[in-house]
Amino acid sequence: MKLWIIILGLGVGTYLLRLSFLAFAGGRQFPEWALRHLRYTAVAVLPALIAPGVLWPAATGGQPDPARLAAAAATIAVAVWTRNTLWAIGAGAAVLYTTLALIG
Amino acid sequence: MSPFRDGLRGSIPFVFVVSPFGLLFGVVGTEAGLNLLEVMGFSVLVIAGASQFAALQLYADNAPTLIILATALAVNLRLAMYSAALTPHFGAAPMWQRALIAYALVDQNFAGSMAEFERREMTTAQKVAYFAGASATIMPAWYLASLIGAVAGSSIPPWMALDFALPITFLAMIGPMLRTLPQVAACIVSVAASLFFAFLPYGTGVLVAAALAMVVGAQVELWQKGCAA
Repeated sequence: MKLWIIILGLGVGTYLLRLSFLAFAGGRQFPEWALRHLRYTAVAVLPALIAPGVLWPAATGGQPDPARLAAAAATIAVAVWTRNTLWAIGAGAAVLYTTLALIG
Repeated sequence: MSPFRDGLRGSIPFVFVVSPFGLLFGVVGTEAGLNLLEVMGFSVLVIAGASQFAALQLYADNAPTLIILATALAVNLRLAMYSAALTPHFGAAPMWQRALIAYALVDQNFAGSMAEFERREMTTAQKVAYFAGASATIMPAWYLASLIGAVAGSSIPPWMALDFALPITFLAMIGPMLRTLPQVAACIVSVAASLFFAFLPYGTGVLVAAALAMVVGAQVELWQKGCAA
C-alpha cells in the first residue's frame, strides 16, 4: 500500500513538473534566482543520496570496504574524464569485481 | 524525410543509454522486494530513472512516505526547467499534444530535440513530430528494459554485489555534470553535508544536504559572475 502511494505520488508529482510550463502557453518564466538554484538540483541531490552508502555500505555492516571505495573512485574518475556515463559504469563494475575477487 | 522519422533516427543512440538504466532499475527493484507490477508501475508512471532509484533506496531504508516523495521529486525538479525551455517550441501545439509531450519528457528527448530545433527552422507541427519520433524510440526501450530487468532480477547471484550498482550508477551520472566551479562546489558540499548529517533519521539528512548544496552552487555562480563583471 505504502509503495503504491509512493509510485502514484511520484508519478503525479513528476508529471505536474513536466507539464508545468507546457500547460501555460503564455511563455511565463521562472524568476532568475529560482533558476539559479534549480540548475544545481541534480548535482546537489544525487551525491547526498549515495555518499553515506559508499563510505559505510550496509552490505559490510557499515564498515568501509576497500573494494567498494576503489570502485567508487574509479567510477567518478572515468565519469569526469570521459564524460560518458556508460563507460564510467563499466569501469566501476570492473574495479568492483576485480577487487572483490582479489581480496574477497 | 519526415520529422517523425528524423526523430526516430536521431534518438537511436539514446536507446543504448536508456536501456541499461531500465534494466538496472528492474533488477534493483526486484532485489528490493518489488513485484513485476510495482517495478513496471514505477517505470510507466514515473519514467525518471534517477528519482525511481532514489525512491527505491529510501523505501528500502524504511523512510516515511513524505520524505521519500520530497527527495525523489527534488531529483526531478530539472524536468520543470525542461518544460520551461520547451514552451517556446510547443506552446502553440494543441493541449492534448502538450499533455502527451509532458508525459514522455525525459533527459534524452529533451536534449535531442533542443539540439535539432536550434539546428534548423521547423514549424510547431514538425517539432511535435520530431519529439514524437524521438519518444517513440526512447519510451519502449525504457519499458522493455525495465521489464527484462524485473524478470531477470531474482536470478542474479549475490557475488554480483548488486547493492553497489546504484552508487556506481549515480556516480557515473554525476561525473559528467561536474563541468563548472559551481557544480563542483555543490557536489562537494552535498557529499560533505550528507556524511555530516547521516545521523539524522529517515533520509532527512539527504534533504538538508541537497538544500545546502543548491544554495552553495547558486552563490558560487553569483560570485563568479561578480568576478567576471
